[in-house]
Amino acid sequence: MSLRWRQLKESDFVYYFFRDPVAYVSFAILLVLVISAFGAPLFAPHDPYDQTTIDIMDSELPPAWKDEGTAKFLLGTDDMGRDMFSTMLYGMRISIIIGLGAVALQAFIGIIIGLLSGYIKRFDTILMRIADVQLSFSTYMIAIFIGATCQMMFGVANYEKIAAPLLILIIGLAEWPQYARTVRASVLAERKKEYVEAARVIGLSKIRIMWRHILPNTLSPVLVISTVQVANAIMSEAALSFLGLGMPQSKPSLGSLITAGFEYIFSGTWWITIFPGILLVLLILVINLLGDWVRDYLNPKLYKG
Amino acid sequence: MSTLLSISRLNVDFALRKSTLRAINDVSLTIEEGERLGVVGESGAGKSVLGFSIIQLISKPGFIASGEIQFQGKNLASCTYEEMRSIRGNQISMIFQDPMMTLNPVLTIGSQMRETLQAHRQISTAEADRICIEKLKKVYIPSSEKRLKQFPHEFSGGMRQRIVIAISLLTDPSLIIADEPTTALDVTIQAEILDLMLELCESDNMGLMLITHDLAVVSQVTQRIAVMYAGTIVELGSTALITRDPQHPYTVGLLGALPQRAARSKRLNQIPGVMPGLAKIPPGCPFSNRCSLVEAICRSTRPALETKQSGIQVACHMVK
Repeated sequence: MSLRWRQLKESDFVYYFFRDPVAYVSFAILLVLVISAFGAPLFAPHDPYDQTTIDIMDSELPPAWKDEGTAKFLLGTDDMGRDMFSTMLYGMRISIIIGLGAVALQAFIGIIIGLLSGYIKRFDTILMRIADVQLSFSTYMIAIFIGATCQMMFGVANYEKIAAPLLILIIGLAEWPQYARTVRASVLAERKKEYVEAARVIGLSKIRIMWRHILPNTLSPVLVISTVQVANAIMSEAALSFLGLGMPQSKPSLGSLITAGFEYIFSGTWWITIFPGILLVLLILVINLLGDWVRDYLNPKLYKG
Repeated sequence: MSTLLSISRLNVDFALRKSTLRAINDVSLTIEEGERLGVVGESGAGKSVLGFSIIQLISKPGFIASGEIQFQGKNLASCTYEEMRSIRGNQISMIFQDPMMTLNPVLTIGSQMRETLQAHRQISTAEADRICIEKLKKVYIPSSEKRLKQFPHEFSGGMRQRIVIAISLLTDPSLIIADEPTTALDVTIQAEILDLMLELCESDNMGLMLITHDLAVVSQVTQRIAVMYAGTIVELGSTALITRDPQHPYTVGLLGALPQRAARSKRLNQIPGVMPGLAKIPPGCPFSNRCSLVEAICRSTRPALETKQSGIQVACHMVK
């Protein structure tokens, strides 16, 4: 165990990581955001899901430093009287869960399809044309279509219950071609290499060659697009919620908080929409910066400059 | 001694859009049990295609047009994919040119070796590890238990090639096809690897088909040589005889081109011209357009591989 730890400490990865302020600052911020999001029940001063603690009389209170603000609500309250700070932490947790879930689904479908179409020529054309068709639809168009249909089918009350898994499914299904194309491109490069031929000569089965030999060699581009895709998925979720097809107001994500506040922005209660907005931008920004750094690190042509 | 592999009248074609090219033309040869055969020739002579056609892994537009490949009582040319898969890496192993490329960079040596064994046998991991270590010792990899956990990049080129050889030995094959196993290695390591292969073949009575363009390598290791030119065997016989007294004008030229045979401070000898592309092989003898002994019959009739006075099989009208 300690050997592994030492190996990690002495690796290039860690060395370059700590030499790049953008990388470690982004990582530190991301770490704080993720910990506070998943530790929301511990850190948040209020529980926004607990109806009994919410008082409608507290609604639309400004942040604590304003004249009418109270110390009880640091960043003010929203239109339902929920503490903004707590609600944002809970909302960020939902956003991150949906982002990660959607990316896991995208990666799962995309990697399998990418491997198959890259390694088995017969499947290539049909699978890639399906991917092209999928890509020619906008993600939002599909998502809005499915989201609206489901809302009609299940009714708004039931929709609220299935909103999170449904969003994961929608965003996951809409974006898998990104993975499929990336994996396929790497597979096409890898399959020509001699170790694949050697594996065939050994007499290994196609499935084993694909999973054990080719897939691990295609993982670095997958890692890079994963970071970007997590950020994209969180943004997609926010956009859908903003359009009213995402998370319901009773269990708001960052996107639905922004929407909720948007209705009040002209009446002067700017904090309901601005704070979640800032948090969302910060979250996406640090993920993307980290993604860029990982891409540069894994690209032998760019790093060690 | 019984026959291990017998190829008879093998033709391998590559289908192009409009025509088919014959990469292997009417090749017949045998390898006895425990025999070491060298296949030499220029680039594009069909050496590697011959090797790959034995294990049915010719790359895509290529296919076996006709002929038989008898191996241990089975005709490999008519085996199904699954039958072939159980023979590959099991009874017939193959070693490639570049050991830097043939090992998967992201898997440990141990897992790649174990995988080979488990692909062909129902075997526990502990038992597989025992065999792996035994084979690594055989190719003189020190502290092999520790080495199993290492990745290919932690080894030098020579060591990697020895590991590749160890992998090919895992299932105790009766035939190893080595496709230019020493080309990517430097000269001192070349000698080391060749000695090792020689030793292993002798101790385990394994057949070896050594594909190379390096005549020095062939003369060091093999008992018999097949010289290939433009998809055909032009000369086939014992290594000692051929290296001492080559018969076919092409082999004469090849051996004459070796640097140590050229007189000092003179240009190296060469065979004039280049080997014709597969689409432009001249009618008659394929070597006729470069041959110094060429006569009218050479341009019209293809010579058959016949045993000549020297005891070597030669495909040439001019050799008696």
